[in-house]
Amino acid sequence: MNYQKIFMSVLILFTVTNCSETNGIFGKTGSGSDPFANISQTSLEYFSNEIGDTVLFKVNQSVIEPDYRETLNSQAKWIKENSITSVTIEGHADEQGTREYNLALGARRATAVRNYLVSKGVSESNLSVVTYGKERPLRICSEESCWSKNRRAIVIIDGSSS
Amino acid sequence: MYINYKKKYNEKYLTILNLYSWVVLFLVFFQYGLVFSQENVPELDIDVTEGVVEPIPIAFPNFITTDFSSSIIANEISKVVKNDLLKTALFRIVPEGSYISDVTSIDSPVRFADWRAINSDLLVVGDVSVINETITIKFRLWDVVGQNEIFKGVQFRGPSNSIRRIAHKVSDLIYSGVTGEGKYFDTRIAFISERGPKNNRTKRLAIMDQDGANLTFLTDSESIVLAPRFSPDSRNILYTSYETGKPRVYLMNLINGNLRSFPELPGMTFAPRFSPDGMKIILSITENGNTDIYTLNLENNLKKRLTKNVAIDTAPSYSPDGKFIVFESDRGGNQQIYVMPSDGGKAKRISFGKGRYGTPVWSPRGDMIAFTKMYKGNFHIGVMRKDGSNERLLTKAFIDEGPTWAPNGRILMFFRETSGVNGAPSLHTIEVTGRNLRKIELSSFASDPSWSSLLK
Repeated sequence: MNYQKIFMSVLILFTVTNCSETNGIFGKTGSGSDPFANISQTSLEYFSNEIGDTVLFKVNQSVIEPDYRETLNSQAKWIKENSITSVTIEGHADEQGTREYNLALGARRATAVRNYLVSKGVSESNLSVVTYGKERPLRICSEESCWSKNRRAIVIIDGSSS
Repeated sequence: MYINYKKKYNEKYLTILNLYSWVVLFLVFFQYGLVFSQENVPELDIDVTEGVVEPIPIAFPNFITTDFSSSIIANEISKVVKNDLLKTALFRIVPEGSYISDVTSIDSPVRFADWRAINSDLLVVGDVSVINETITIKFRLWDVVGQNEIFKGVQFRGPSNSIRRIAHKVSDLIYSGVTGEGKYFDTRIAFISERGPKNNRTKRLAIMDQDGANLTFLTDSESIVLAPRFSPDSRNILYTSYETGKPRVYLMNLINGNLRSFPELPGMTFAPRFSPDGMKIILSITENGNTDIYTLNLENNLKKRLTKNVAIDTAPSYSPDGKFIVFESDRGGNQQIYVMPSDGGKAKRISFGKGRYGTPVWSPRGDMIAFTKMYKGNFHIGVMRKDGSNERLLTKAFIDEGPTWAPNGRILMFFRETSGVNGAPSLHTIEVTGRNLRKIELSSFASDPSWSSLLK
């Protein structure tokens, strides 16, 4: 069940990063390209593709970079507007670290996103955090081009009250 | 105390897990009537701490048997023993075709000249019989150069399906008798068996003999499982599983298959290990994004927090005397190794080289700490003294991670992960001297090894 969601977002993200221009140091995703122009603004597709469900991090860092504040602001707004009551935030690391440290690092990243969303008015009780460390890479090459995409937190919408 | 909430593993794997309870080997030291002179004999002694060792030639004639079925089992035992000895790189087998003497009884006087003539330094003679499904092996190890017996004749007895364990016990006595080092062949490895592509890998908890034989799976591939760790008596393992959707520590009893979860622990839990007395577990708990080290007493369920700061504190490992804990922390800015008293308190940093250090694990001898080091895009397995001095790196690769000690403190096993889209992990061993790097050949990818204690 959970994996299906991960898989879906993996699949969607992969498509997005392949067909849209990258910008900023992280190659920011969800740049609002045409294929998604007709998606309903309340759909999950809109959330993951138009707003962007992913935040990327620098090596060994868990600080939300300024590039992602806008993404997270929109996420917070969307979560509140759509009465979302259950959100899972996954934290991930690249393969260039030991297993245990990466689990702890993934938790830091997911928690940084959680704290940001809470600061923007999302109810903390609706947010759940999980770390995957280096267990679920999005991209599989062993180069910075992939690692930079794997150092990520993903916001996954589990359910709403409406 | 044990929460038997998940029967699904039990029925499936119980028969194989039972291995532990029914393999009982009888070790009987017995004196032979023969007495050989021990005058001025040069001691045969290998110092495995030396960098390069010329393998010792050992003559290994077929074990004596009196019937066909015994001879088949005898051959299987010698095959396993020879394989164990060869893999140490400390021995080579003198080819059988060159043997001059026939061995017809293990009690006959040894014609040392015949074995010296073919340049053997050692001679193993043995006798195998199988009666009523019970294997009995008697064997002796001779120092051909010094013309003396290295240890008194030994007899092992076990059920007919314990061929490999009997063989490993023979190997242990030969290795230990010749090198003076502790035994390690009759041991098992718990590890994670991995399959599938890098971005959708399945992981299963698995256990096997030290040489890769008798592989058994302990979990299915439904949930990610990580880093099993044996209890001091090798009858339980701690590991981390995502079966609730989050990483949580579990304790599996290998004898009856029972699983214990730890609902009393909050948050996400991982990086568990046993205390040397087996009474406590030490692990990391992550709450609100912060990871600290805790212990849990397995008897009274009392939890104790050992570190309290905003840094990542994880991968704890006890000293064998239980007085200290070595762990990794990024409290100083990046990942380094620290030592603290086992009840918490002031931690002292011990790693000061360039790069980052993780996964420290205390040697069963107490003298050294093995670790993973990351420096300039490479990973290394290394060892240092418990005060951090004498750092030595034993390996270098894209990813070499997670060392575990053989019970004799001479050999480390770790996993090596290759790079790229087809990158995958496999298990390797290396001596603490840096010699004899070996891959363990398995049919699946493998990571996170844990070496058991010597089996009873």
